[in-house]
Amino acid sequence: MVKSNYKDIYVFVEQRGGIIQNVALELLGKARELADALNEKVCAVLLGHAISNKAQECIYYGADTVFCVDAPELETYLTEPYAQAICRIVNDNCPGILLLGATTIGRDLGPRVSARLETGLTADCTALAISDKGDFLMTRPAFGGNLMATIICKEHRPQMSTVRPGVMQKGLRDTQRKGKIENVSIQFDHSKINKIRIIDTVKQEKTRIDITEARVLVSGGRGVGNEEGFKLLRQLAKTIDAQVSSSRAMVDAGVMPHECQVGQTGKTVRPDIYFALGISGAIQHLAGMEESKYIIAINKDKFAPIFQIADLGIVGDVKQIVPLLTEKLKK
Amino acid sequence: MNIIVCIKQVPDTTEIRLDPVKGTMIREGVPSIMNPDDKGGLEMALQLKDLYGAHVTVLTMGPHQAEAILREAFAMGADKAILLTDKKFAGADTLATSHTLAGALRSLDYDLIITGRQAIDGDTAQVGPQIAEHLDLPQVTYVENLQYDGDKQITVRKSIEDGYQLLEVEIPCVLTVLSSSNEARYMSVRGIMEAFEKEIEIWNSDRITINADKLGLNGSPTRVAKSFTKGLKPASQLYEVSPAEAVDIIINKLKEKHIVN
Amino acid sequence: MDFSLTKQQELFLQMIRKFAEKEIKPVAAEIDELERYPLENVKKMAQLGLMGIPFPFEYKGAGGNNRMYVMAVEELSRVCATTGVILSSHTSLCGAPIYESGTLEQKNKYLPKIASGEWIGAFGLTEPNAGTDASAQQTMAVKDGDNYILNGSKIFITNAGYAHVYIIFAMTDKSLGTRGISAFIVENGFPGFSVGKKEKKMGIRGSSTGELIFENCIVPKENLLGQEGKGFGIAMKTLDGGRIGIAAQALGIAQGALDETVKYVKERKQFGKPISQFQNTQFQLADLETKIQAARLLVYSAAYKKDTNQNYTAESAMAKLFAAETAMEATTKAVQLHGGYGYTREYPVERMMRDAKITEIYEGTSEVQRMVIASKLLK
Repeated sequence: MVKSNYKDIYVFVEQRGGIIQNVALELLGKARELADALNEKVCAVLLGHAISNKAQECIYYGADTVFCVDAPELETYLTEPYAQAICRIVNDNCPGILLLGATTIGRDLGPRVSARLETGLTADCTALAISDKGDFLMTRPAFGGNLMATIICKEHRPQMSTVRPGVMQKGLRDTQRKGKIENVSIQFDHSKINKIRIIDTVKQEKTRIDITEARVLVSGGRGVGNEEGFKLLRQLAKTIDAQVSSSRAMVDAGVMPHECQVGQTGKTVRPDIYFALGISGAIQHLAGMEESKYIIAINKDKFAPIFQIADLGIVGDVKQIVPLLTEKLKK
Repeated sequence: MNIIVCIKQVPDTTEIRLDPVKGTMIREGVPSIMNPDDKGGLEMALQLKDLYGAHVTVLTMGPHQAEAILREAFAMGADKAILLTDKKFAGADTLATSHTLAGALRSLDYDLIITGRQAIDGDTAQVGPQIAEHLDLPQVTYVENLQYDGDKQITVRKSIEDGYQLLEVEIPCVLTVLSSSNEARYMSVRGIMEAFEKEIEIWNSDRITINADKLGLNGSPTRVAKSFTKGLKPASQLYEVSPAEAVDIIINKLKEKHIVN
Repeated sequence: MDFSLTKQQELFLQMIRKFAEKEIKPVAAEIDELERYPLENVKKMAQLGLMGIPFPFEYKGAGGNNRMYVMAVEELSRVCATTGVILSSHTSLCGAPIYESGTLEQKNKYLPKIASGEWIGAFGLTEPNAGTDASAQQTMAVKDGDNYILNGSKIFITNAGYAHVYIIFAMTDKSLGTRGISAFIVENGFPGFSVGKKEKKMGIRGSSTGELIFENCIVPKENLLGQEGKGFGIAMKTLDGGRIGIAAQALGIAQGALDETVKYVKERKQFGKPISQFQNTQFQLADLETKIQAARLLVYSAAYKKDTNQNYTAESAMAKLFAAETAMEATTKAVQLHGGYGYTREYPVERMMRDAKITEIYEGTSEVQRMVIASKLLK
């Protein structure tokens, strides 16, 4: 392998049911930034069936070239046909970097492809950068988020990474951007593909609420008061894809179910963002949430103990601020 | 049916704390445990043992201390345990690890290879699919449950973002399993007593079918360039402002944290 | 004596601790509040072999030893003293005397059911007028052909009403005093056997403590445990072993109270800092930690002597005396360090304090333990 033969940044553009996933657009945005730093190109890899019309979209979001494989084998994601298609494009074009979203698809496909290409893969990155020396730096959390590690892949190409959805910024959609679309046709090895068959795909509302797995929690206490107050919290939560939880007071009052209770006698949570709304911060509550990564507290009482552990504290009325916040977020 | 479950000993990351003064990770006193997803995979295998009398082998790569999780697997009901241990395996990234495990798997009989979805110390979810590739087997990741259809086929339920898929898979294959898919059984007291009567097979690099240059640090394409903790929390900021201003402050913070665009 | 954990004991501890945390702790407050016998958890314990830890495989036991058994009672009692005493009474007071004094037929008939947890076991010695003075038995057993006919009653019997089998003591010859006492294996369902009123207790409220009534109760003569007239010896030997279990229960309660308190004092702030930073708190915790560790070594030492077939009468008395008093002290201090919160049911320490008291009373009061220890010393 001659390293210098490998260049440009390739992005696996994940689509489901013909809809390009947000994470792919975020990756195109990031790839654009990295490519500009390296003075290289951004190439999108778009796989699916009857998806050619989406290629242009990739260009609008930052791709210079789109490799598009349109085949019935690629209609619904399965590991093997997608791996065959990607490996073929990589082997023909020698990318320097290959990015995938850290979704169930990206995390299934990425390692399979990396093993087939005998190269390194860094999973679930939260930051990507090019060093002064031109090295590709992939940063990811480890040890349950207690440690961040920056990983490099010096001698193998492409340098692969999966990136967490929601971490990178989408670029602006620029319909003036020009790019090249290359349709690639592939001879699939069906003997390998036929080993797995999809019987059914079932969409399911996640009915069971598990507040310990939420990335963002909107938690209400006495200051929220009642059912009406929690309606405001639910609207906010819906807007930012969060779960609603509560302090013990509201569980005892019968407003919230016990499975949503945070604290000593409830659950211990450590979300990325914890909204403590109208929660004064009794130690029993703090014990259940103090390890949240970022705590935003709103309370009328500026001496409320919750402000001692909040990262951002707002002295004010939850019932005024929350509806305004929801409204503005919706825009 | 022969099932091989690949398991890993990991530090219990939920017990890791940051030093409040230095902001460094405190590893001392953190217990080592069987990785939770791997335990879910072992439970799935043991259920197949309960139903069909499957023979369950557990396989791990690690230092001698990793015997603890193999004993635990015995106490839960595993039939055979293999520890891959050799200085040459040290410093392996996921690719080198998967080559090592695949090297061992090549000399074993299997109808099903099960791994956990991911290990809690690295959360990479890579070793399972990489093993599948090295052995040229089909893979299903994020498996919630499994039904043996008899003959050479299983039906698995795979968790995806907004629901699940049902897939028919030819065996042998590789499955990566979620810990949430089934509550792992407890060890029984008798199992614990008997676990120490059984023998753990210790394999070194000579015993596995793989080129030495694929092993350990030398066989690892990726390296850790640096690692760091995220540091201590800064003191909180308290605002006494109008509701409209408060909303702007919050939204800016949410943008900074990439919760909203 | 080296009491550090072997790898096997480490694994056992891992299992029992997880089981206690996940299955027992979540219901501990509820079963106390409702005075509910946690039958569902006893069944779970049976599945894992916890109901027969020190008995061999051949009797469907788990093949462990008394060291593991006391570790189990300690870990369960750490989160729920009720569960600890259910296991202790079952194992030490019913399984053990049959295993140690039973005939081969009795062992084959009863031990597999007990050790597997299919049956729950209990022990009936105490009577309204025979407490610390156990020799004052009034329950009578009269031989009648192939049977003994029992008349009388027992009180304060742990597992009453839930047990399938009881070890019962009765006078076969009143004129001989303690040498007239015999032991019997009585099944629930024997004609003339019934369970009377259930006590309302201060602590260990989830365990069932009740009265046993014998009205011309027919017990087949093959259910005589040991020889006629040897019952008092069996009772004393059984209690020697039982005390190790209760000592482990007390130890667990003390440890549980300390765990809760350590957690609390780090969280609770007064005068601008966690109360763990006050020297009064630190000294109290240091004293408790020291006493608990000392109690643990006494418990392990007693279990070790039993496991190695040495006389353990004095050790088990010392272990129970010291562990019980440590439990009382630890839980009292735990409530004190919790302040007003500690007095409420929001925190478990008030329950632990109520639970601790019984360990100074049952299976020989602390005064009885002192008598036993002194008599060994002065003989």
